[in-house]
Amino acid sequence: MPRLLDLGDGALTLEFGDRIDPALSAKVMASRDALVGEALDGITDVVPTWRSLTVHFDPLRLGRQRLADCLLRCADALMQKSALATRWQIPVCFGGEYGPDLDAVAIATGRSPEAVIETLCATELRVFLLGFLPGFPYLGELPEWLHLPRRATPRGVVPANSLAIAGAQAAIYPWASPGGWHLLGRTPVRLFDLADTGRPALLAPGDNLRFTSIKADSYRQFQVAVAAGELDASHWRLP
Amino acid sequence: MIEVLAAALPASIQDFGRPGYRHLGMPLSGALDPEWMRIANALAGNSASAAVLEMRLVGPRLRVHQPLAIGLGGEFSATIEGRDGTRRPAANWCGHQLAPGEILELGNLRSGIGYLAASGGFRVPPVLGSRSTYVRAGIGGLAGRCLVVGDRLDVGPDLPASVQRLGQAPRLDTGPIRVIAGPQAEYFTAAAWSDFLGAEFTVTREADRMGLRLDGSRLEHEPALGTDIVSDAVTPGAIQVPGDGKPIILLADCQTVGGYPKIATVIGADLRRLGHALPGQKIRFAAIGLDDALAARRAAATALEHCLAAMLPAAREFNLDALYGANLIDGVIDAGHAD
Repeated sequence: MPRLLDLGDGALTLEFGDRIDPALSAKVMASRDALVGEALDGITDVVPTWRSLTVHFDPLRLGRQRLADCLLRCADALMQKSALATRWQIPVCFGGEYGPDLDAVAIATGRSPEAVIETLCATELRVFLLGFLPGFPYLGELPEWLHLPRRATPRGVVPANSLAIAGAQAAIYPWASPGGWHLLGRTPVRLFDLADTGRPALLAPGDNLRFTSIKADSYRQFQVAVAAGELDASHWRLP
Repeated sequence: MIEVLAAALPASIQDFGRPGYRHLGMPLSGALDPEWMRIANALAGNSASAAVLEMRLVGPRLRVHQPLAIGLGGEFSATIEGRDGTRRPAANWCGHQLAPGEILELGNLRSGIGYLAASGGFRVPPVLGSRSTYVRAGIGGLAGRCLVVGDRLDVGPDLPASVQRLGQAPRLDTGPIRVIAGPQAEYFTAAAWSDFLGAEFTVTREADRMGLRLDGSRLEHEPALGTDIVSDAVTPGAIQVPGDGKPIILLADCQTVGGYPKIATVIGADLRRLGHALPGQKIRFAAIGLDDALAARRAAATALEHCLAAMLPAAREFNLDALYGANLIDGVIDAGHAD
């Protein structure tokens, strides 16, 4: 049974469980869609995570009890093919200077670098939540043999646009940042575009994506085209 | 335009923050004390949401290059230096008119933070609906960072006919910080709860716009539940307790999700007090219910409205330099109203 947890007097969390579990995430996203459909006045943010949905609200405009009742109704919503969900194809240049940990990951898992790339590109990943940094997607789940603990020593700077893995998860860093995940490659796709106020983050919770492997010269061509504004978000969207 | 002549400590442009994007991992940001920000704006004749400068401990030294009205929201030791080098004190909780060429030295802050409003607001481009600076991702404000010497800040051009002052300086409550228990209240032992609500905590030097790390009793986690959770959403005011048992109170620039259990969350009405907290300051907590938290929010909103409604026109300063300076430029200021 889901339960309601008060996060102070201006936020309410609907918690479905305490684990990383795609079934819980599906319930979170279904209740998110149902809540957005209710269009309650006084809500400022609706934040889905792996296992819970938090609603930030103004208690002087929206009564906590009214929101609680609505959230419990939404908790029963069934997973539908979300109107907001989108499928993406994200090109990545693996290995070399862009993916300095690819060989180490291959050694640690007892596979070839090619097998690591092949598996990553064959796995349909889901965006479970955005957090840590603006537009930073937590993607899951990786096949079990690719699950590795974080690096013993985090890097001081992970370059922007790096594709990284840790545990069951993959992620792409929209900004340069310290980080302890294993860097496998880099994408020319811009994950957070401040100029696009309609959808500043390319990915949204509930979206699905696949990686495709590209060579370094294609990476650079894409990079130039993105910088010139010739490739917008729709270029990476799958029908 | 305002030119930054000296900026020793972080000062950043803020407004009411950037709600509506937390599901994308974008922090809320915005003024740590939105009430004092509103007061500063009102003193300068601005709308409530005009972007202001938020300062901590020591304010910058600024040269004004256009006729300007300002509002000082905070306990500064501020002075205005005329073009002839004469200095006059600039009263706190008061609006002031400045002429081109004058220098505003904000000096030391007796309150932890303070706000400078400038007529028309600081006109940096809004990013996702807000001018607030979020330094970690370099978003908003002036180039996504705090002020540095040589910066030029666009303001105005609107000038109010007069500026205002408060009849009485607002006071920050000094009682315990009130909290709502949870959302992970059960992750803590009875002893931890007794310490959390009974003992005194000290703000450490790790205190910024993201949060305050506290020192004091070590708050023990229930051994069966451990010291980590699968990340869920956090909010400014949430009190996280990592494995070392030392609480961290999150503030405006905090991340949107976090993996430490949250023993309690500061109520909305008391959150701004923590924005003023300085290293070494003692903090106590008191747990209250949601109804009392709501009543406190209503009371704070009413008190602020009363405070703003009771503003008076600022006493006129006889300042020929300001009058001539203003009129020489474009005659925007009526000499009879150059307060």
